[in-house]
Amino acid sequence: MTHKTVRIGALTRVEGEGALVVHARDGRITGLELRIYEPPRFFEAMLRGRGHTEPPDITARICGICPVAYQMSACQAIEAACGAEVTGPLRDLRLLLYYGEWIESHALHVYLLHAPDFLGYDSGVAMAADRRDLVERGLELKKAGNELITAIGGRPIHPVNVKVGGFYRVPARRELAPAAERLRRARDHALATVAWVAGFDFPDVEHDYRFLALRHPGEYAILSGTVVTGDGYGPVSGFEVARWPDHVIEEQVPHSTALHARLDGATGYLTGPLARYALNSARLSPLAREAAAAAGLGRVCRNPYRGIVVRAVEILHACDEALRLLDGYAEPERPCVPVEPRPGVGHGASEAPRGTLYHRYRLDDGGLVAEADIVPPTAQNQARIEADLRDLLAPRLTLPEDELAGLCEKAIRNHDPCISCSAHFLDFRVNRG
Amino acid sequence: MGESVVIGLGSDLRGDDAAGLEVARLLRGTLPSSVAVVENSGDPAALIEAWSGAALAIVVDAVSSGAPPGTVHMPLQMPVHPPVRAGSHSLGLADAVELGRALGRLPDELVVAGIEGGDFTPGAPMTAPVLAAVRRTADELRERLSRERPGGPRT
Repeated sequence: MTHKTVRIGALTRVEGEGALVVHARDGRITGLELRIYEPPRFFEAMLRGRGHTEPPDITARICGICPVAYQMSACQAIEAACGAEVTGPLRDLRLLLYYGEWIESHALHVYLLHAPDFLGYDSGVAMAADRRDLVERGLELKKAGNELITAIGGRPIHPVNVKVGGFYRVPARRELAPAAERLRRARDHALATVAWVAGFDFPDVEHDYRFLALRHPGEYAILSGTVVTGDGYGPVSGFEVARWPDHVIEEQVPHSTALHARLDGATGYLTGPLARYALNSARLSPLAREAAAAAGLGRVCRNPYRGIVVRAVEILHACDEALRLLDGYAEPERPCVPVEPRPGVGHGASEAPRGTLYHRYRLDDGGLVAEADIVPPTAQNQARIEADLRDLLAPRLTLPEDELAGLCEKAIRNHDPCISCSAHFLDFRVNRG
Repeated sequence: MGESVVIGLGSDLRGDDAAGLEVARLLRGTLPSSVAVVENSGDPAALIEAWSGAALAIVVDAVSSGAPPGTVHMPLQMPVHPPVRAGSHSLGLADAVELGRALGRLPDELVVAGIEGGDFTPGAPMTAPVLAAVRRTADELRERLSRERPGGPRT
């Protein structure tokens, strides 16, 4: 009988740090643990006693890559608790800001973190040395997202213009013109990106995912919607965001400070681009739908490696929709709606680049935060990523460790885990005795 | 060319990791108009954007090298082979330097100043020796950059 433990020292090109340990006995996996260490618990504690206007700014600091997602989920949860709603042109402005974040985050992942896996480079830097043209295109795309965020949010990282109820000030149409100009070029780059990544050589892998994403009647949901789950082919079941705690239960697992999420009692569901695409692809902009079809995606994509194609399609959709909103933009009459604090509970969810991000706040009699819950996408996906890794490793345990490490890193990067949202530190070990 | 930029790197919510950001904040509005001041929370592409075309870029970041907290490493010797993981970001400063080099987008002169941190715990305040080092570093950079020739504002 042989007992093996394979360890991989460091997982690179993921947002944050963590660890992976795999135990194997007699050629069979006996344990697999993605270990992540989580700041959101700390943020939840830090939010208690704060004013009702503070969660958007505080939680935006959880992640340098997706601060807008945190702001939007937080704002909507607080507004729900206070009986306020942001609609019309102000909601459109929020959408625009969020599209900027999708473009920026996805462009970084597609070009600098994920594409090198398919082109045989160790890193985005190595790829840049050979293919400067491609990396420059990726940076141009990313910059278009940054500029949109800056034009609306006031600065590219941790936008300061967002507040509960809307914005501190709304941009004049002319202030958005340079961002619109850059977005027109970005849309061409996005089209080229879809065609480029569609030509990669993908492993022939499919998983029976159970997907979870928001769904909105008129949009490919990003800012708000109801929660729907399903495999993308059959019927979906759904629930209101306010029912989230009845359906998604988080539980402590010993190997991680991030909580594992269970959906209606079952572990291992998937949120993120594959889920959004499977559940909502019919709601993509016509241009993005055409590009997805030309890229051979079909209506549902269950191959996690092709997630890079879905992200590229989402960049295109974000550029296209942002341009549509910018073309029709008229300065809202007022920058925000009043949001008066009152005791109660509010729930908010939006689609962060990596998946559904849920916030819940309870405000006390004085309008201060009494409880806060934050469920980031990576914590929800953690069990599913572990399942992907089990499927990958089970038939390959005899491979050399460095080869296994490389395969695992790629499989993890498929899901673009934002471990700095849900965790901190990632280093990888496989124990084989 | 002929313009300079100071880039403060870091995170406000991890104790002494805010050192670079604080230096940038102390310098903002106190330098000749030819010197831009930028804060960056770990976006390598924005870093490259910020220093592209500059004659001089000074990047200030918190470091953890084992030296006493508050030690200022200026210039900081960047490792030839950067550690696999330099921070809680997908790409660190060393990656941004290498990426900038591969793209031909490094400033003419790049100076990295490291402020040794003592406590990087989420939610912790900055420690006293690091606060003092932040003020010292800002004073030193202000003195150095005030000698820069005035020019038009950078956008």
